[in-house]
Amino acid sequence: MASGNATETVLSVKGLSKTFVTKRGFPNPVTVTVRAVDDVSFAVRAGEAFGLVGESGCGKSTTGRALLRLIEPDRGAVTYRGQDVLAASGAELRALRRKLQIVFQDPYASLNPRRGIGETLAEPMRVHKMGDRAQIAERVKSLLAEVGLPPSAADKYPHEFSGGQRQRIGIARALSVDPELIVADEPVSALDVSIQAQVLLLLRDLQARRGLSYVFVAHDLGVVRFFCQSVAVMYLGRIVESGPVEEVFNQPAHPYTTVLRQASPVPDPRAKSIAVRIEGEVPSAANPPQGCHFHPRCPNAMPVCKTVYPAWTQLTPTRGVACHLHTPAGS
Amino acid sequence: MGRYILKRLAAAVPTLLAVLTVVFLLVRVVPGDPAQTILGDQATAEALAALRARLGLDRPLHVQYFEFVFAALRGDLGNSLVSGRPIIDEVVAVLPHTIDLTLAALVIGSIFGIPLGIWAAMHRNRFIDYVTRIGSLLGLSFPVFVSGIFLLLVFALHWRWFPVIGTSSSADFGDRMHRLVLPAVNLGLIMAAYITRVTRSAMLQVLGEDYVRTARAKGVPRRVVVWRHALRNALIPVVTVIGLYLGILIGNSVLTEIVFNRPGLGKVIVGALNQRDYPMLQGLLVIYCFLIVVVNIATDLTYGLIDPRVKHA
Amino acid sequence: MKPAEAIDDIADAPPEPRSALVRAFAVFNANKTSWVGVIVFGAIVAMAALAPLISPYDPIEQDIIARLQPPSAEHWFGTDMFGRDVLSRVIWGSQISLIVSIASIAVALLVGGTIGLVSGYIGGRTDLLIMQAMDVLLSFPSLIMGLIVVAMLGPDLINLIIAIALTAVAPFARIARAPTIVLKERAFVEAGRALGFSHIRIVLVHILPNLLAEVLVMGSLWMATAVRVEASLSFIGLGVRPPTPTWGGMINEGFENILDAPWLSIYPGLAILILVFALNMLGDGLRDATDPKLRGE
Repeated sequence: MASGNATETVLSVKGLSKTFVTKRGFPNPVTVTVRAVDDVSFAVRAGEAFGLVGESGCGKSTTGRALLRLIEPDRGAVTYRGQDVLAASGAELRALRRKLQIVFQDPYASLNPRRGIGETLAEPMRVHKMGDRAQIAERVKSLLAEVGLPPSAADKYPHEFSGGQRQRIGIARALSVDPELIVADEPVSALDVSIQAQVLLLLRDLQARRGLSYVFVAHDLGVVRFFCQSVAVMYLGRIVESGPVEEVFNQPAHPYTTVLRQASPVPDPRAKSIAVRIEGEVPSAANPPQGCHFHPRCPNAMPVCKTVYPAWTQLTPTRGVACHLHTPAGS
Repeated sequence: MGRYILKRLAAAVPTLLAVLTVVFLLVRVVPGDPAQTILGDQATAEALAALRARLGLDRPLHVQYFEFVFAALRGDLGNSLVSGRPIIDEVVAVLPHTIDLTLAALVIGSIFGIPLGIWAAMHRNRFIDYVTRIGSLLGLSFPVFVSGIFLLLVFALHWRWFPVIGTSSSADFGDRMHRLVLPAVNLGLIMAAYITRVTRSAMLQVLGEDYVRTARAKGVPRRVVVWRHALRNALIPVVTVIGLYLGILIGNSVLTEIVFNRPGLGKVIVGALNQRDYPMLQGLLVIYCFLIVVVNIATDLTYGLIDPRVKHA
Repeated sequence: MKPAEAIDDIADAPPEPRSALVRAFAVFNANKTSWVGVIVFGAIVAMAALAPLISPYDPIEQDIIARLQPPSAEHWFGTDMFGRDVLSRVIWGSQISLIVSIASIAVALLVGGTIGLVSGYIGGRTDLLIMQAMDVLLSFPSLIMGLIVVAMLGPDLINLIIAIALTAVAPFARIARAPTIVLKERAFVEAGRALGFSHIRIVLVHILPNLLAEVLVMGSLWMATAVRVEASLSFIGLGVRPPTPTWGGMINEGFENILDAPWLSIYPGLAILILVFALNMLGDGLRDATDPKLRGE
């Protein structure tokens, strides 16, 4: 396949799983096993923004980190342009690090408070030997310009910037190694609403200009609908539905997606929706219910939902869902 | 709670074994031959060999190690080179003096330290607080033998209120107490400095907590709030100081005993040092470490009793 | 009105107008006692450095005729049983106190700090094991341990430094470990890993500078303890060997004559007290300055 083909799959994730084991309680600790990511599979096409959406604790951030190996997954396969990401080590892994980057949620924790911005941006280029001192200095300036900051920012420290500006610096740092795909972990959720749109527009601008692909982790459906082309909805560590954004959000196949959509504010006041109440608490990922994890809160729950986890059903070539409402009869 | 105590005790076993190992290594592996160190440069080869045999140093290292550990676990720390008596007996003989001193100092430290700490916290950043902070800082800057000498100079030598020697063998209770005063004050005032600081910061923390603010906002007088919590929490600073600074307290009590020429563990240590009684030093180190490990467990458990929240932390 | 920028300014104003360093200095500066600590400590360092120039007499040369003289115009602090000038010996004695305390804390800081940093960064079982070993080390009372180590190794300058450093390794390991555990979870460290930085680079360039302040503050507080332990060991007779003047050793010698010549004990005792007090004031001020709770964050 030629690169640049818009439909080419660049990142493929298959059966990714991560379990955390912790001891909780004092004085008699109990071992708690949390299946944070449970058999997650999806594919990201070149130049696409792929959304991972769900409530907090559903495992979407862990998924984003696991595919960059910031957390080592227990099982599964991650392939980037035919290369096995999970098996890479040494020089191979370093080369992959340049192609896959991450932007973090918290703009305050994501920058080293004791390093100047110029230093923060130049360091990755020096580590990857991307030119001599003068070239790197030149590239720092162009990176700052690219994210909409003045060249003088290079001489300042993180505390001199606002949250939105820091997030721009975080983006510039990710761009410093010329990545092809960026995992954006809730990149705007810590920002003031008025700033969110600016940062999203910057990310979309970079997508067009650099041909970047994104794995966009978010809990805000409005943001995902605006930014992403495809989306996967996660609930308690599993993907419950995926497909093109418009289709998934306009005609949700999974009751959880319906509930999520109705819980999030609708930008159009004329589009009155029937309020579906989310019933019950979010169960803990440490102790997911038997059968379909969503059944205790599901308005359409059937007896089978309490015992059998629904199999993945492909509705169209691009859409799939894990719900008994869509399971072909007989299975 | 019972299970917790058992688990806590079980967890201390590896620590105690490690302590014994470190002590063993410290004495055996440190460069230099203990026998040579004990007898000096002029010792004959026969004398050295005899002493090595007596100390068991001629046997393989691992045999020595297991004997040392098993004996120690049975409470047998070997015999003093000088007196030939079991080290445990020597220690038990002087222990009452050290316990008298330490307990008296704890009482003095608490009597001064707790009210001062509360008082300073209530007047945070005012003159009283400032003076208390400087005073307690001065107190914990005092090397205990320097303060001891100053007390001795002023009260025993200049004013002659107290005897120079800290204790007598007489069974007279009044006399014993009289001789205890200066050393106990010396140790107690320094302890008071630590307790003052810990009490003050503990109190400031409590005063800043929401429920105290709520109580104040509801019109409960400040004094009532402070005393209710101060009384309930008065033990915590003392327990904290003991837990945190036990190592320093032990060093201080040793030095105080030396300055005031009191019988006690301090004098035993100095005697063992001067007479190169290595088994004695080794035994004392083990005893002190056991003491610290046990006190750490005790302070942990005490926290649990004073403050039920600790159990769920 | 400039729409976009104006909104940005109001809603998204920088939360910290001044740098952390400037604020830390302001806290330090507001506490006058910390400046007293700085000045007194500086004066003692100057005294130690200029000892050959400012001490009125040779600190070692004996003058039997002038022995045990009380303080006078010629001998401000009096003379000892060998007729040596106490003032000169106090001035020279500052050298040993400073050398031993600075060197032992430097060693403890380096060794303990490295242990804590590496242990905290690696985490998991290795960390658990290393920290348990540190707890074992912590259960040795510092004076007794120092005393036995010096007694075994023999009392000289290097062994004193080793013994005192040994007692402070575990606390420094703990002090360095706690912030390391917090920092390694911070997003900027994760970013470094995502960017392919080596562990060594992450630890040295991104974690270490962020905990250096805390560790150095503890260093100044522990230096006060080191001065005290050195003086205590010298007082027991395990310090640098005579005739080299040390404050603790001078008290040890003078203690025999406490009835007739109290000045032999009083002046070196005051010297120790002043140095330890200055270090404690300095360390307290530094700690307040680096304590985020006191910066109103």
